Amino acid sequence: MKNFDINSFINKKVSDMPPSGIRKFFDIVSTMEGAISLGVGEPDFATPWHIRDAGIYSLEKAQTHYTSNSGLMELRKEICNYYKKFELSYSPSEVLVTVGGSEGVDLAMRTVLEPGDEVLVHEPSFVCYKPCAVMAGGVPVTIETTSENGFKLTAEQLEAKITPKTKMLVLSYPNNPTGAIMTREELEPIAEVVKKHNILVLSDEIYAEMTYSGRHVSIASLPDMKDRCIVINGFSKAFAMTGWRLGFTLANEAITRAMTKVHQYGIMSAPTTSQYAAIEALKNGEKSIRAMVEEYDDRRKLIVDAFNSMGLTCFDPQGAFYIFPSIQSTGLSSNDFCEQLLMEQKVAVVPGTAMGSCGEGFIRVSYAYSIKQINDAVERIQKFLNSRK
Amino acid sequence: MIINEKTEKILELLEDDCMMSLEQMATLAGIEAAEAAALIDELKDKKIILKNRTVINWEKTDKEFVTAQIALNVVPQRGEGFDKIAERIYKFPEVQSLYLMAGQYDLLVTIGGKTMKEVAQFVANRLATLEFVTGTSTHFVLKKYKEQGVIFDDNEIDDRQVITL
Repeated sequence: MKNFDINSFINKKVSDMPPSGIRKFFDIVSTMEGAISLGVGEPDFATPWHIRDAGIYSLEKAQTHYTSNSGLMELRKEICNYYKKFELSYSPSEVLVTVGGSEGVDLAMRTVLEPGDEVLVHEPSFVCYKPCAVMAGGVPVTIETTSENGFKLTAEQLEAKITPKTKMLVLSYPNNPTGAIMTREELEPIAEVVKKHNILVLSDEIYAEMTYSGRHVSIASLPDMKDRCIVINGFSKAFAMTGWRLGFTLANEAITRAMTKVHQYGIMSAPTTSQYAAIEALKNGEKSIRAMVEEYDDRRKLIVDAFNSMGLTCFDPQGAFYIFPSIQSTGLSSNDFCEQLLMEQKVAVVPGTAMGSCGEGFIRVSYAYSIKQINDAVERIQKFLNSRK
Repeated sequence: MIINEKTEKILELLEDDCMMSLEQMATLAGIEAAEAAALIDELKDKKIILKNRTVINWEKTDKEFVTAQIALNVVPQRGEGFDKIAERIYKFPEVQSLYLMAGQYDLLVTIGGKTMKEVAQFVANRLATLEFVTGTSTHFVLKKYKEQGVIFDDNEIDDRQVITL
């Protein structure tokens, strides 16, 4: 019998995939007494009660079976109706209900990419795009955004990375981890480059509702862009429904049909209870969204003010629920800063490098916490900084 | 008083948590701390801000207390309506709140006392004997679940993972 090596059975793409940049911190914080974490990337609010109630009611009525692969027709209609607020008009046949926005990203990559196709990913950004591209046979290409540009993507940066193999641009605004947004004026030149080079856009708009200056602008709403875009969104952030695992994609009918095939074989259909709850969320959830966004906005103002006062300067983030302050004045690397802050003051934040190597010199601080928790953490961070003067 | 957006924000913040620092309130209202302080003083002078209080769940302590809501039917007084009657009632320190109501009764009184007997005696001796009161209906509070928007035994926990990207 040959030597049995279990590792040799693991797909090389998977074994080569880098582990999460936060594992070490996670393990320490999990066992640390009295630690305050500002490291969580999900709302602190529980799902609004009227939405939970709709989920409970659907269970009472025994709505416990599969739905159609694409998702409940009523939900897809409501999603079309909802997206009108972002000046986009879709029909239910252009909607696919997914298991969170994450499944949408994976589906889009697997549906579109051929081996060797290049996928442009701006960083710092959420961590799933590159691994999903690799798993789909694509080749991720990083575009590093900078604090000088407020972590926005520029047409020049984009153009410089486009090759004949480029097939897709991932656009992730409002951005996790930087809190940057893209305005209509900033998206227009990006759209021109995308059209000129005939590439697709995967627009991850999961934080769209957390836009604090005006309304989120989807690149799909720009002239001649709708059919070029696969829009990803979901219920996790806007409606505080992370655990319900429900998202959706909006795309041209042909792409949607193709993605539905992949979804059908991998998933069957998104959770039924969650879909019924989501109908309620879309029908009557606007007030809940506004209340939560108003609360995030208050915390945003306080935390930006506090960090700037401490000398950890951050540009004014207009989206999501993170700030991305520079820690360069301390002379520490992102990783060392986070590790020492955790060990000395028991405050957990995420090193910017966990979201791309160009995040060096920055940390991601989430404000999906109560004002009291934020105040306590800020006090400890101030002590940490004082001890280094 | 017609209030602007900033004044409304200050009032909402105070109503939610009067312990918030002046600096933080000012930041959220988009004004300077000194301006916020002056504004709060003005609101106090105008009796828009009446008092800062704390919501306490006394049931978690060993303090004995009882609360009752008493619905009163009264005969309004000519020329004075209900206001004069209300005054006669709310001047009693035992009265915690008093509302003029639309519906089957006229006034809703909340009474606090140490024991049921104490509350019952107050109703019988003080309220029922008032010449304009034609009927009383007393309802004792057995348990408070929510008051002033605060859930008393909120069992929802933050069970988020400690760090997630």
